[in-house]
Amino acid sequence: MTGADPSQARTRTQARDALLDALFPGGHALMVDAAGAVSGHATTAGGIAVGLVGIADGMPVGIDAALSMAETVLAHVERGGDTPLLVLVDTASQVMARRDELLGLNDYLAHLCQCLALASFRGHRTIGILHGAAAAGAFIATALSTDRLVAVPGAAPSVMDLPSIARVTKLPLDRLERMAASTPIFAPGLDPLAATGAVHERWTDPARYAASLDAMLAADMPVRDGLMQDGLVRDGRDALGEERGGRRQARAVAGRVIADATARG
Amino acid sequence: MSAVASCRAASWLEASARARVAGLLDQGSFVEFLGPEQRAMSPHLRQFDLPRAFDDGVVVGRGLLGGVRVFVAAQEGRFMGGTFGEVSGAKIVGLLRAARDRAAPSPPDAVLLLLDTGGVRLQEANAGELAVSEIIRAIAELRHAGLPVIALVGGRAGAFGGGGIIAACCTALVISQHGRTSVSGPEVIETNKGVEEFDSKDRALVWRITGGRTRILSGAADRYVRDEIAAFRDAAIALAGLTPPPFACETLRAAQTRLVARRERNGACRDATELWAGDGIDEPDQVPDLTEDAFIALLSARSAQHDRR
Repeated sequence: MTGADPSQARTRTQARDALLDALFPGGHALMVDAAGAVSGHATTAGGIAVGLVGIADGMPVGIDAALSMAETVLAHVERGGDTPLLVLVDTASQVMARRDELLGLNDYLAHLCQCLALASFRGHRTIGILHGAAAAGAFIATALSTDRLVAVPGAAPSVMDLPSIARVTKLPLDRLERMAASTPIFAPGLDPLAATGAVHERWTDPARYAASLDAMLAADMPVRDGLMQDGLVRDGRDALGEERGGRRQARAVAGRVIADATARG
Repeated sequence: MSAVASCRAASWLEASARARVAGLLDQGSFVEFLGPEQRAMSPHLRQFDLPRAFDDGVVVGRGLLGGVRVFVAAQEGRFMGGTFGEVSGAKIVGLLRAARDRAAPSPPDAVLLLLDTGGVRLQEANAGELAVSEIIRAIAELRHAGLPVIALVGGRAGAFGGGGIIAACCTALVISQHGRTSVSGPEVIETNKGVEEFDSKDRALVWRITGGRTRILSGAADRYVRDEIAAFRDAAIALAGLTPPPFACETLRAAQTRLVARRERNGACRDATELWAGDGIDEPDQVPDLTEDAFIALLSARSAQHDRR
């Protein structure tokens, strides 16, 4: 776990403050609780008020962080309106502990996923800002549960690290490393995950973050025909993965099932 | 005994995905979408020298359940551990989106997910992870549309990793003694945190932490059934007839309150026996060894306590 080394923790906090300054020249206020859960609010360069939620300092997501984030999201939705919600993500994997699994960590992560979906359905655009690591269930319940995911320098998403994949699949690590270089389908890291459609945009120049964020908030996120009145944001990640060549079959396979269901349903 | 009757008396644990679907639905009502004759196979397994399956280990289609129109997806836990890969995951995504869009001439009134999965297929980890996320989003959309989405878990692979999260996103969860739900598998916890944290070789411990009896007693599952296809069918029929709570602030606020209460009640426990002792169950050490009859009697003597939704 991070935070044990004070100088590393200081560097981390400074990097987060620099990120927030770049994103929100209009100002920001942010709290981080003991589990690493983030809550707060900010104003964009264009004067749009946004809510903040997320996970900080590379903390893994367990029962406590998940409940804390879900509370922040629910309170945001309960206040009404359509204020966007930014999800700041710098985590690890989920907490790996008997206690959390005995309590039903899957229920807590699912609840967080659904609170973020509800926010989106209620008209609060949800935008994830991935600026650190995120893996496995923690990645799913935070960054991947947003309408749009943006990666900035420092982003290091993965499903599982290669040594663990080697252990589970019983394949030699050096072979996996060779394969990872040529195929994005299982390799950890931002490039392969962006290629599958997980990441919508990559921002690299902090001087442009504020303008990029306002542009993203101003753009209509594509809404599916016929459900416009529900405000549902279309999940187009499989189309993105196909276009980018990192996930060539998923969209077509889903489409074939839909066509079959339509013809023979 | 007719073929269907013997099918329904059969063990859910031992049955294949196709046998579960056949026995769960009304006789002869199942119509498969993108069936094995279409050869929708994993494009990735060959580079790992692994065998492929014509259906990539997932069966999707429509049918009738007690006369109610349903869409159904079933994972074959014996093929690659029922894992979510690019094709197997996209088949479930497509089914859920078809249900959501009411694209079929006779759209379903409920969706059944027969989960039997170790989670994401690591050989195609990124595609699998995205499929899990897309499934979670599509389930939320179905809940938003008011459709029951029922998870059934009682296979050998359980519902682990993303499968555990998906199970918990559904409007109801049916589980048997053999069913297990969890995020990190015991082996993964042991590898990362040490054998003192979780001894994955201790099968009794694994079941006490993740098994069906623990899940129903702590309120994480809605129905506990015997390991029979007929029992899963009866529970699914009952649940498909219920209107799920609206996908709204009040529902998720109530879930938040219940999940906070569960943490307050059980947050200091390290083993299910402590949890059951705190719950006022006599002889908590005996719970795992009770016969099914005795355990079901214990359940029915308690007030309904599912705290999930």
